[in-house]
Amino acid sequence: MNRSNKILHYVARRLMQGIPIILAIVVMNFFLLNLAEGDAVDVLAGEAGSATPEYMEKMRAKFGLDQPLPVQLAVYLKNVVQLDLGYSFRHEMPVHELIFDRFGATLLLMTSTIIIAVGFGILLGLLAAVNLNTWKDALISVFALITYATPLFWVGLMMIIVFSIKNDWFPTSGMENSAAFYEGFDRVKDIAHHLVLPTITLSLFYLALYTRMMRASMLEQYGQDYVVTARAKGLSERRITFVHVLRNALLPVVTMAGVQVGALIGGSVIVESVFAWPGLGMLAFESLFARDLNLLLGIFLLSSVLVVAVNLVVDVIYCILDPRIEVN
Amino acid sequence: MNDFWKRFSRNRSAVLGLLILCLVIFVASIASLIYPGDPFLYSQYPLSKPGENGFLLGSDSIGRDVASGIAHGAKTSLLIGLIATFAAVLIGVIFGALAGYYGGLVDDVLMRVTEVFQTIPSFIFAILLVAIIKPSIESVVIAITVVSWPAVARLVRGEFLALKNREFVQACHTLGMGDYRIMLKEMLPNCLSPIIVIGSLMVATAILIESGLAFLGLGDPNVMSWGFQISDGRSMLRVAWWICTFPGIAILITVLAINLVGEGLNDALNPRLRERN
Repeated sequence: MNRSNKILHYVARRLMQGIPIILAIVVMNFFLLNLAEGDAVDVLAGEAGSATPEYMEKMRAKFGLDQPLPVQLAVYLKNVVQLDLGYSFRHEMPVHELIFDRFGATLLLMTSTIIIAVGFGILLGLLAAVNLNTWKDALISVFALITYATPLFWVGLMMIIVFSIKNDWFPTSGMENSAAFYEGFDRVKDIAHHLVLPTITLSLFYLALYTRMMRASMLEQYGQDYVVTARAKGLSERRITFVHVLRNALLPVVTMAGVQVGALIGGSVIVESVFAWPGLGMLAFESLFARDLNLLLGIFLLSSVLVVAVNLVVDVIYCILDPRIEVN
Repeated sequence: MNDFWKRFSRNRSAVLGLLILCLVIFVASIASLIYPGDPFLYSQYPLSKPGENGFLLGSDSIGRDVASGIAHGAKTSLLIGLIATFAAVLIGVIFGALAGYYGGLVDDVLMRVTEVFQTIPSFIFAILLVAIIKPSIESVVIAITVVSWPAVARLVRGEFLALKNREFVQACHTLGMGDYRIMLKEMLPNCLSPIIVIGSLMVATAILIESGLAFLGLGDPNVMSWGFQISDGRSMLRVAWWICTFPGIAILITVLAINLVGEGLNDALNPRLRERN
């Protein structure tokens, strides 16, 4: 079997491994929903103000809530497969429509964060490793240590104090100035302006993580035999670092960037609620206050699927990039 | 022990971390002495600047003492961090030990479960759990435990896999020792060092998760916490920067100190791993 065929097989096998994980999460979702106090009918009755017990019984029968648990689970599974994640009674909209409405904003924030965090993390880690045990290395390490220990929401609030309140450089909240009715390029500029503070805030923690990883990865590569060979060949240190070591050191860091996507989604809940960024995280925050469990579970399910998908993509890219990796 | 201390104290930043951590523990333990009474109690001096009206770190929008909140919040953070970590380590050790020791089907099943929990975005899962069980100290501890144990399980499984075929374990089998006795009395003490290191670092993460949950309004409404203080001071950001700033510094310093101690423990307990950095 040739290599591209092998990779195809590998992708198929990984897909098969991902399905039971997602299935387990869906089943867990169902039981969590059942664990919560009150069902959808209670919520509806609460909304309406008053409802007779007979009416509530009728509603339960209508929604299938009077069925035994296994039957309800089967119905729930069927609905999820058809992308029907239930109904949000607060927003009076199906959950999946709400989620797709807000998904773009989160995607924008996460993409810019990953670019900033991975880019600068690699750069700082490289700088620290090249200047090992000098003040530059120490400074970068201290910076990484501190940002690693700082709660994201606090960084966000401090950013707002410094860059929005004391100096009116960036807006405090939202994704665009909707009152200004910007169009075309002006609108892009306006959104980018709103994007700066949330991106920096969300980047900081991961920046610290990637910096430390990149530094460690570089140091590990410096100890490999091929570096000795390169030195013996008479290559300049510069060439060794940038052509040989850097390329090999990048691989594990890029993989870790994929693994961290789950944590990034958690971080975006915090950052979005600090900056009122209208994405999934903000939606999750709102659903907490409204006790809109259907919506919260939908967001949770989607983010889990996203993590499984990203991990799969990263693994495949890894295989393609590094021919040494056995796909069997 | 002496040897351990010598190696630990060679790491300056770890000693500094330990000192800071001791200070935080000290403040937490005397919180009720220096600030007797309810930290939620409001006064007639709202929005006092730091130093004004006898408030060392100022007061919030309804006149609560920020410093008192920080002292009482230290108790909450440390307690939740420690209990959740302890529970997570316990579950992780049980899962990891059984999986590593028995291997085969047991390993497969336990590791599949661990994998599911590791895939789930942990902070959102914690939010979900607390929202469903209702915010309280217990639900916060449960949520942090549920999202933290998989890392321990993986670590302990690896250690047990490596130890399983060592001579001393096989000698125990030959002596006719029971499985549980071998696992608990012979193998577990041999992988205590990495468990202590990962546990100490987990306390720091637990404190960060706890403060994040409290910030989102998912803390115990009857217990003062740093995250609650910050979320409460948010609306006053324009007029009173100190309400949010100081509790955040408290979180930062505590988490940093624990991380430093954890790294120091790592260096002192695993001298062979030092070069790996």
